[in-house]
Amino acid sequence: MLARRSAIYFAWLLVAPAVLYILVIVAYPLVDTFILSFTDASLRKTTNWVGWANYEKIFNPTFGEVITRTFVWTFFSVSIKMIIGTFGATMLNAAVPGRALFRILTMPPWIVPMAIGIFMWGWMYNGQFGMISGLLQRFGLVDGPVAFLAYGGTAFWATIFTDVWIGVPMVTLYMLAAMQSIPQDLYEAAWTDGAGRFYRFRRITLPLIMPAMITMSILSLIFTFNSFDIIWILTQGGPNGDTTTMIIDTYRTAIGSKKYGEGAARAVLICIFLSLFSLAYFRITSRLAAGETR
Amino acid sequence: MKQQNSLMYRYKWYEIVAIYAGIALFLSFILAPFVEGFLVSLKPLSQLFSSPYRFWPENASFEAYRAMWVSVPGFARYVFNSFLISTVATIIVLILVVPASYAFAQFEFKGSGTLLAAFLAVNMFSGAVLLIPLFRLMRSFGVLNTYFAMIVPGAAFLIPSAIWLLRTYMIRIPREMEEAAYVDGAGYFYTFRRIILPLAMPGIAVVAITTFIGAYAQQFIFALTFNSKTEYMPLPIGLFAYFGRQEVVWNELMAASFVGIAPAMVVIFFLQRYLVSGLTAGAVK
Repeated sequence: MLARRSAIYFAWLLVAPAVLYILVIVAYPLVDTFILSFTDASLRKTTNWVGWANYEKIFNPTFGEVITRTFVWTFFSVSIKMIIGTFGATMLNAAVPGRALFRILTMPPWIVPMAIGIFMWGWMYNGQFGMISGLLQRFGLVDGPVAFLAYGGTAFWATIFTDVWIGVPMVTLYMLAAMQSIPQDLYEAAWTDGAGRFYRFRRITLPLIMPAMITMSILSLIFTFNSFDIIWILTQGGPNGDTTTMIIDTYRTAIGSKKYGEGAARAVLICIFLSLFSLAYFRITSRLAAGETR
Repeated sequence: MKQQNSLMYRYKWYEIVAIYAGIALFLSFILAPFVEGFLVSLKPLSQLFSSPYRFWPENASFEAYRAMWVSVPGFARYVFNSFLISTVATIIVLILVVPASYAFAQFEFKGSGTLLAAFLAVNMFSGAVLLIPLFRLMRSFGVLNTYFAMIVPGAAFLIPSAIWLLRTYMIRIPREMEEAAYVDGAGYFYTFRRIILPLAMPGIAVVAITTFIGAYAQQFIFALTFNSKTEYMPLPIGLFAYFGRQEVVWNELMAASFVGIAPAMVVIFFLQRYLVSGLTAGAVK
């Protein structure tokens, strides 16, 4: 009955406003980025077609470093998020009193305006008076104050650590949901056979949450690759560009230096990477879904 | 949840200790910045800027919570702006998403699967990637340095998760309800408005809450780039200007942050069950 022609028109009428909105605010800018990347668009009134010049300009050793840095940054951030998140989920999955409260307490970094959480980290990283430097000195792990955000090496890890902090709640709650969807009968059967807790975890929980772990890793990869706020607030890509990822580099070029064309070429590269990740995501999730029904 | 096999769930004492130790470790990582931030907001500046570092405040006072209204003169305005931007963005998202989710949930039309996937694909781009054309777009609309420059792009990136979440809710509405309405001669619009909307209200409420939280949490890049007027700045940007100064008055910044996030904290506490389902729904395939 609902397959009537008028029903189809009505369905399109229902989705039309949302489709139109996305077309104007997301799809058109996407196309525009692509076109702009072949021009020398800037604040000037005239814009010329420059062909591949922007892309040729990109491919220099400095940008190679930016790409490598982005991938290293993303790799460590996603890995640590997955490890801490899965650890947290395992702990919260235990049937101990207070777990409902503990689950609530996991959420703040995710819910609170990102920038505000980052300000707090900015203080904790403060070299002279901050908490982390202070505690490290107290326990004798370092000799003097460590200004984490002032040196390339430490700033790199400091930004990763803050990104992990913001990303962990989502990973934790997602992995927790995956763990709780495992049928209890499996555990009971194993328990009856005398399998210990750790054995049950390794042989039942881990294999069964693997699909969720892979899915979450790729999603997290996409979000992390797009990460802007954390680095921008803490270091603005510094010191000496040591925390400049592709997103930060694009922002600096396009908004900082007003070189829209060159910025757009960088954005196109980011889009290509993101599309590859998304392709992997769709490929793998559909394969996982097929595996479940088989 | 059935727990017939309660013996299996019984932990030995050392297991309980290990679990609580693990939870404590995990939560101290999550909550450390909030605890430290709160303690900082209680410390007088002289104690803050003194070595060696001390965790507990001496002469703790709420002085910073009073002083920050003076040193951050726009504070009330920033909070108001944040709420206004999130509210309007949520309304826009709901207006677009409620009909669209209904179409995806209850109608079979050619290309609906592809279209839904296309919506979800929006999730993979952040505002940062599309910033340049969006900037030009906002300029050509003539809305730079207005609320709209922050609301309109922000809303677009909240649509995909909202559609996904509401669609999963609406799928559960039995089709017999609509069929019965059609048999009685009701039109599509009438059925949508009088049958579907009331039934979907709880789901719409959840979507509204998660969208609002999302809008409130993510105000940064558009506000940073598309608006330079102090009077329109949302809280994160207003405080960012303060954060970027040479001499940051940390205890007041932290006090302002806590007052600014108080509404979000209250929401988390009361609505956490809906939030978990809402926030993870965007991610679940």
